[in-house]
Amino acid sequence: MSRVQNAAISSVRTVLGWVPDRWLPSGSPDPLIARQQEIGRPTSRVDGPLKASGRAPFVTETVLAGQTYATLIHSTITRGRILRLDSTAAEAAPGVLLVMTYRNMPRLGIVPMASLTNLGAAGNSALPIMQDPEVRYNGQVVAAVVAETQEQADHAATLVEIDYAQEPAATRFEDAKAGARTLTSILIERNHVSVGDAERELRSAVHAVDNVYRTPRHNHNAIELHGVVAAWDGDALLVHDSTQAIVPTANALASLFGVAKEKVRVISPYVGGGFGGKMMWDHQVVTVAAARLAGRPVRLRLTREGVYRIIGGRSPAEQRVAIGADADGRFAAMIHTGYSVMPPYGRFPEQYTLGTRAAYRSKSFEIIQRHVDLDIVPNTFMRTPGETIGAFAVESAVDELAHVMDLDPVELRLRNLPDRHPLSGQPFSQHAVHQAWTDGAERFGWSRRQAKPGTVRDGEWLTGLGCGAGSFPYARMPGANVRLTLRRDGSAEVSTAAHEMGMGTATVQAQHAADRLGLPLEQITVTLGDSALVAAPIAGGSSQTVSLVAGLSAAADDLRDELLRLAGPDSPIAGLKAAEVRLADGGLVSVADPARHDGYREILARAGRDEVTVTAAGSPPLEMLKYSMHSSSAIFCELRVSAVTGEVRVDRLLGSFDCGTILNPKTAAGQLRGGMIMGLGSALTEETLFDERTGRIMNPSLADYHIPAHLDVPPIEVMWTGIPDPRTPMGARGIGELGTPGVAAAIANAVFNATGKRVRELPITLDKLL
Amino acid sequence: MDITVNGTAVAPPDDARVSLLDMLRDHLHLTGTKVGCNQGACGACTVLIDGRRVLSCLTLAAQAAGREVTTIEGLDPHPLQAAFVERDGLQCGYCTPGQICAAAAMIDEVRAGVPSYVTADLSAESVPFSRDEVRERMSGNLCRCGAHNGIVDAILEVADGSTV
Ligand code: FES
Ligand code: FES
Repeated sequence: MSRVQNAAISSVRTVLGWVPDRWLPSGSPDPLIARQQEIGRPTSRVDGPLKASGRAPFVTETVLAGQTYATLIHSTITRGRILRLDSTAAEAAPGVLLVMTYRNMPRLGIVPMASLTNLGAAGNSALPIMQDPEVRYNGQVVAAVVAETQEQADHAATLVEIDYAQEPAATRFEDAKAGARTLTSILIERNHVSVGDAERELRSAVHAVDNVYRTPRHNHNAIELHGVVAAWDGDALLVHDSTQAIVPTANALASLFGVAKEKVRVISPYVGGGFGGKMMWDHQVVTVAAARLAGRPVRLRLTREGVYRIIGGRSPAEQRVAIGADADGRFAAMIHTGYSVMPPYGRFPEQYTLGTRAAYRSKSFEIIQRHVDLDIVPNTFMRTPGETIGAFAVESAVDELAHVMDLDPVELRLRNLPDRHPLSGQPFSQHAVHQAWTDGAERFGWSRRQAKPGTVRDGEWLTGLGCGAGSFPYARMPGANVRLTLRRDGSAEVSTAAHEMGMGTATVQAQHAADRLGLPLEQITVTLGDSALVAAPIAGGSSQTVSLVAGLSAAADDLRDELLRLAGPDSPIAGLKAAEVRLADGGLVSVADPARHDGYREILARAGRDEVTVTAAGSPPLEMLKYSMHSSSAIFCELRVSAVTGEVRVDRLLGSFDCGTILNPKTAAGQLRGGMIMGLGSALTEETLFDERTGRIMNPSLADYHIPAHLDVPPIEVMWTGIPDPRTPMGARGIGELGTPGVAAAIANAVFNATGKRVRELPITLDKLL
Repeated sequence: MDITVNGTAVAPPDDARVSLLDMLRDHLHLTGTKVGCNQGACGACTVLIDGRRVLSCLTLAAQAAGREVTTIEGLDPHPLQAAFVERDGLQCGYCTPGQICAAAAMIDEVRAGVPSYVTADLSAESVPFSRDEVRERMSGNLCRCGAHNGIVDAILEVADGSTV
């Protein structure tokens, strides 16, 4: 993002600040907020039975006629070049069809780099893929072997001999800090924020804390391995891909391989977890290229090690957070600076300071992020990028300040909540953080907490309570198209090239369509996961649900207009204008006089139509520019620490959320809990171990990278204010990522309360507590 | 010797390197059994051999010769499936068949009185179903979406209600 874009965005914001609400497409609240029927019900997910029976189709289960199987070979050095590559033995091995290396790989350009709004791009790395003998990071793909069976390909891959010439590589975080870069922007926000003289305010503050917090690399670790099946038919390309970027991947492959967009179809009906990791990486390109060279369909399923090698995760970071406060605890200085990794060929800045800008009032601010460059697989976004680690640092610091002041940490937070955006002065679209805190504290029983650390002990176990705040910005994406087909039998189909990775998209959009159209839930089908459907943006930034709600509601408006046209002069609603009718009770109904109603079946029958189809995209998401829009959480934790072993057992977690309308409490609770569990993992066990001497990841397996297992996960309570956001479709804001931030701090703060030990480096492993 | 898969006899694969997992998925197209690691670490590939849970990725197909393999397709319909859906013990659904197969066998293990790491009295005749017992015994089945609470609820409901 350039300086020019920064200026453009802030001037658009200024102008929009003056525009009355009704001038905006999203100006008046969505009328459906007041008319929920199916929305808000705890409907079980519609694809649940398919998934629970094992019949939901995932990518690597695809079998195309003549399909072959690929295995990748990864570099074992970090920087250098291939000196000798001998594939003779591999090529002679039984069943082998192709050994693809930089020598015979088709010459291709660079994958268009992903951005939140570009439907033509999905890449994470601007490095060439097998175009030359250069090795730029450890684990990079250097060859692919294609054979008749997976076993043959796996075996032949062991026969490829490669010698490298090694060159020095940048692999040490501390060394690279000297050459850190400072970007102008972090996503669409200005990077450097300086309000007042925060360092001076800190020095003169009555109470102050100033510490450094460290967080490691993380990997997404979706249980489904990345998989692709690619087949060429002339210049038409069919790709089954496990992806959260269906349309951008199709478009990017088309431009990369020089074929028309319409010739590429990407199918991805079910994705076995994404969390930011299932965008476009080298494996899709290699598979498509191999299918072209082999002249046969090719299936590639990354190994678990392969996922670690070529799919980047969350960047490690080192953050300084300093807070100064007056005698009453009101913040006078908020300083949040730090370093994370982002190589020049990567794109994702790990925006850990963005949450800080909106969380608390302060007399002064000093905020800036710096990026160090290492020779690594590029980092990318991982569930709640930025906020997860940013909230760990800031919310630990707030707890430290509360301790210094001998003030209850909930009370300290409440004293500093802003009533408008602390930096821009923009109004919040909806903001009931205070209520989330007080409701959560009450339900959790926060008043039981002993302020003095290390005082509650039962035998070997020390008990502690802690809390932390989280936030996540609202996002809605432009370009979310929805096709709506209404049939004469009164059923409707909603279709779009969006994604189902476990968020419950089909379920919630079916509920939404039922209410929007005034039809029973059973009459709605939702079809997703195919680029042949109308285009939808990536599933990212927790934006898919509201983006589709906006698209579907625009389509419903078009449907209303079309039906009004078809209704004809004999209709009970004849003569009414679009603004005077709405879709309800299985037809069009007069707003002024609900007795005037014309059913969908009747309208279609009279018009002699079997169905009506409309397609529309949601309005431009201008609300994001006019308002400060955030969801917030108050997280509470109760845990035990063994005084003997340092083992931490989390006994209770409670999340109290302020995140707009809850569309489906059952699936929403699942999303929020899931996010919290990822936060639990980051607090206690998760760490991608990186060998700074060699630049190699040392624990590329689920046996050595510990994600929470059942025994680690306590019963998790979730609750919400449920207050609709008047500026968003259905009053909803995305919740897929909201669960995570705040959890690690709540756990670290509870560990402090239990033991008196302040751990500022994640994960909080046993050695740090002994 | 044949392998019995969900009641049907099948010949072991010619290639001795083929795992039970790959035989099920790639040869027999019984793709309800999932693959999350191929390293014995995630549990997504859990199936039953002679009623006991095993990781099919760590089992050669040949090892199942003369034995009865039951996959999610063979369990279907099972009360755990409906309970998982009702309790939202799934999100992406990828770990789900493995969780269900593991849970089905696990319930039998508890009923048979096999103790676990969290069982208080190792010498007791019977082991009571409890949340902690289920959590401990299901810890070999990872779920990255975080459906743990619903999974445990679903298993407890089915086990306590003795609907199996
Ligand atoms: S695939 Fe067998 S345990 Fe993970
Ligand atoms: S439901 Fe997605 S991994 Fe368990």
